[in-house]
Amino acid sequence: MPQQLPRLAVVFVLAIVGLVVARQLLIPETFGDRGHYRAAAVDSIAAHEKKYAGHQECALCHTNVAEVRAEGNHRMVSCEVCHGPAATHVAAPLDVKPPIPRSRDLCVLCHAYNPSRPTGFAQIDSVAHNPRIPCSQCHEPHAPEPPAVPQECAACHGQIASQKAVSHHWALDCTTCHQAPEEHKLNPRGVRPTKPVNRAFCGGCHAMGPGAGDIPQIDLRTHGEPYLCWQCHYPHLPEAR
Amino acid sequence: MAEQDEVIAQESSRSGHGAVDRRAFLNEMLAACAGGAPLLLGVLRLPVAGAQGQAGAAYEPSEHLYGMGIDIQKCIGCARCVVACKTENDVPQEPHFFNTWIERYVLRGEREVEVDSPNGGIDGFPPLESPAEIRRSFFVPKLCNHCANPPCVQVCPVGATFITEDGVVLVDDEYCIGCRYCIQACPYGARYMHPEKHVAAKCTFCYHRLVDGLVPACVEVCPTGARVFGELNDTPTPLARFMRFNDLQVLKHHLNTKPKAYYANLDVEVS
Repeated sequence: MPQQLPRLAVVFVLAIVGLVVARQLLIPETFGDRGHYRAAAVDSIAAHEKKYAGHQECALCHTNVAEVRAEGNHRMVSCEVCHGPAATHVAAPLDVKPPIPRSRDLCVLCHAYNPSRPTGFAQIDSVAHNPRIPCSQCHEPHAPEPPAVPQECAACHGQIASQKAVSHHWALDCTTCHQAPEEHKLNPRGVRPTKPVNRAFCGGCHAMGPGAGDIPQIDLRTHGEPYLCWQCHYPHLPEAR
Repeated sequence: MAEQDEVIAQESSRSGHGAVDRRAFLNEMLAACAGGAPLLLGVLRLPVAGAQGQAGAAYEPSEHLYGMGIDIQKCIGCARCVVACKTENDVPQEPHFFNTWIERYVLRGEREVEVDSPNGGIDGFPPLESPAEIRRSFFVPKLCNHCANPPCVQVCPVGATFITEDGVVLVDDEYCIGCRYCIQACPYGARYMHPEKHVAAKCTFCYHRLVDGLVPACVEVCPTGARVFGELNDTPTPLARFMRFNDLQVLKHHLNTKPKAYYANLDVEVS
């Protein structure tokens, strides 16, 4: 056997041992078990402590409230939205009690008027809407209902009311243009009020004719065919672009 | 083939050379390597068929593939999801650290788009200037999209961020070196540097809740059902219905990240 062979073998062995030792030291345990990552990391993330118990847990004990909630308008609202994370309460029901929010602050987080909120979502102007009275005095928080007889359409349509109030249409009642069935108050999305269905309706004031005063008038035959007036002009604030 | 090699090797050894020729040497090395292979395989930790997971007997990650649906027309911007997420996941309370956050989009005039998200929306949104000029406004909840083709995972130099078998992109806290490549790589801005742990942090889809069959905290507390969670495989979950009945979009689809956060009623201006 030529003498370079054992030397070469030693070099090979050292290189392989070095590689093995280096990998042993550098690569953490469980790396590559399930992919190019440490499998144990998934377990440690999965072992993270839960703070929110989930509404199913609440319903196990608070059956009466859960039944009321399941039928009402807050059926999608999980218990812990208002009462806070309750995993500790589930673990020790007598020692840890979740808070019962009674002030207006919590309700207006969702129900204060905000122009970015979707149309139809129940919103109030919290300054004008029965200030300082806790919401729960009139509305059962687990199954709130809109007031049986809204004083005005503004109870829900606050933005429209406030814009109309400062527009040239301030003197018009909502019912001048909209026929709102009584059912709309109970089922606002299901039964909707009417809107003007033809151009002649707006033309009643805005078509060319005698005695217009300050009212802007147009020729219905040439102006804006074939669209309805409110498809271009915002009737609650016609001055707006 | 092996037999043939053996025969050739025997022939060459019988041929009477005193020194080992090249063929004999190679054969000996081959045999040595074959003998050491199981040892080497074990040390190198090559994936072996039938490797056992440690995620618990009840939960099998390969049976799941999670996704989230978000309906823009249902979001009221109350940011209860942001609060719940911070609580559930011990996200630092101060601003700029969010696993999920709410953006307000305001479209004015021709193509003016204003986007703001003061403290993620937790403290509410300031009143809008000249509301009469607003063409449209809406809220967009944002979070890690848990891409099926995640750029953040691709750039991680140590394999500390990864995509699990159930489709969740996670960060290994103990292995992350804090190089911030993934924060740069994420096109959705969904990652941040954890100020105390000094590792990259992000939404985990509340993985610790998923393994117990619960939904993520943000979905649990969403009061309008704007967030929907479920499976993208054939398992019937609320997400299946959401995906069936809505026109869906994903954010920045042109980047081919294949997000698993699906938006309904999303405006084209949102990115």
